[in-house]
Amino acid sequence: MYPKEFRYSKEHEWIAVDGDVATVGITDFAQSELGDIVYVEGPASGRRVGAGEVLGTVESVKAVSEIYAPVGGEVVAVNAALTDAPQTLNTDPHKEGWICRIRMAAPHEVDDLLDADAYEKLILS
Amino acid sequence: MPAPTGGGSVTETTAPRRTPLHDVHVSAGGRLVEFAGWSMPVQYEGVLAEHTAVRTRAGLFDVSHMGQAAIRGPGALQFLQRVTCNDVSRLAPGRAHYNALTTPGGAFVDDLLVYMLGPGDYLVVLNAANTPKDLAWLGKHAGGFHVEVVDDSDRWALLALQGPRAADILRPLTDAEVSTLRYYGFVRASVRGAECIVARTGYTGEDGFELFVSPEAAAAVWEALMQAGASHGLVPAGLAARDTLRLEARMALYGNDIDETTSVLEADLGWIVKLDKGEFVGREILDRQRREGVTRKLIGFEMTGRSIARHGHAAFRGDERVGIVTSGSYAPWLKKSIGLAYLPAGMWKPGTPFDVDIRGRRESAAVVATPFYKRSR
Repeated sequence: MYPKEFRYSKEHEWIAVDGDVATVGITDFAQSELGDIVYVEGPASGRRVGAGEVLGTVESVKAVSEIYAPVGGEVVAVNAALTDAPQTLNTDPHKEGWICRIRMAAPHEVDDLLDADAYEKLILS
Repeated sequence: MPAPTGGGSVTETTAPRRTPLHDVHVSAGGRLVEFAGWSMPVQYEGVLAEHTAVRTRAGLFDVSHMGQAAIRGPGALQFLQRVTCNDVSRLAPGRAHYNALTTPGGAFVDDLLVYMLGPGDYLVVLNAANTPKDLAWLGKHAGGFHVEVVDDSDRWALLALQGPRAADILRPLTDAEVSTLRYYGFVRASVRGAECIVARTGYTGEDGFELFVSPEAAAAVWEALMQAGASHGLVPAGLAARDTLRLEARMALYGNDIDETTSVLEADLGWIVKLDKGEFVGREILDRQRREGVTRKLIGFEMTGRSIARHGHAAFRGDERVGIVTSGSYAPWLKKSIGLAYLPAGMWKPGTPFDVDIRGRRESAAVVATPFYKRSR
């Protein structure tokens, strides 16, 4: 369920690292808790964020939830498909539902994140 | 994402109350949350699926958390006429209407449905969160009238079967003449052997029925409806869908759109204000407002883009803050963001543009005519 090659934040984001670029999304657990997602507001391309800062918001019918940057750096890509198809976060949160890509300023920040086993333990607790 | 709060987080020291259908919700996979002191299903399959089901087939809601009071006695009619703004004398046995318990300022103690069971014999249905307040208010104003007010909330479970297929689903289960039951009419009937009040009322903008049933029979009636509804695509539906459905139909929600600070005329519910019926609490203010006009009114609006306005967001005209959003959501059937807001005179015409401040960003909106959705037929 939770890809072994991803790393996870306690706030239920995942990252997939390729060189110095981290692709960011929310986990299956997060989308399930949120329910039907109807609006996604991601960061602007070019924006610099620090780890733990608010990247954007994900809205279900009932509530607004913030997405936090699991690692810091510059936003180099944003998934524009989510504007017209926010429900992709529900149907394919770990792949097609990617939210943005960050060129990491401090790749060692990845070490502060949870691996798949630790994340699965977290959500079961 | 911040750690999501799952169902069942209790903020009070006493556990939330359970309706007679609690175990049924758990078995059906309902996600339970606390609402007005009750443990209620907010969704089962999901709000979008449930909302769509009600608009195209049918959904079944547990609304047993709502309160009921029996208003009985030779003075029952006079009493109700005094404490509400609609004309209760227009009701006949087997008829119900939408009404409001008014404050001296012409605002809402609560909105409610009044059912006439017979001469001097009425049933009122109250919002769950307001039930204790309403009962206290009714008791306080009953002095001087030959009437008794009885809290009947524990006597009734309440199920709402809503959608275009509702009549077809209910018909084989009951001896009630479903086909001839008028909108806002009700009958006493048997549903799968259980004695019920079957009312053609609802809070969704679709055809449908609200079934008053004894707590002991509630689960069996629910299961009978689910079984009969299986071939029609009936699904259980929760509070989230209840809210999106009522908003599309422009039905007010107490605490959001209406409360003790909003007059019935400001809420654009003038059709339930019958000034000619005689004296009632708040009549003087409402009479003045009808003559002079109101300075703000609850109107419907649509967001121009995809961002979602929500309760509490401020409305702006240029740099001037002019009003406030009282209800706002993504509308699953209409597939756009809609809402209700109090806006000042001069801004009520459909097409009037304004901005909503959504977490620091001004997003454009425009006034639209309501209801946002109206069922065909």
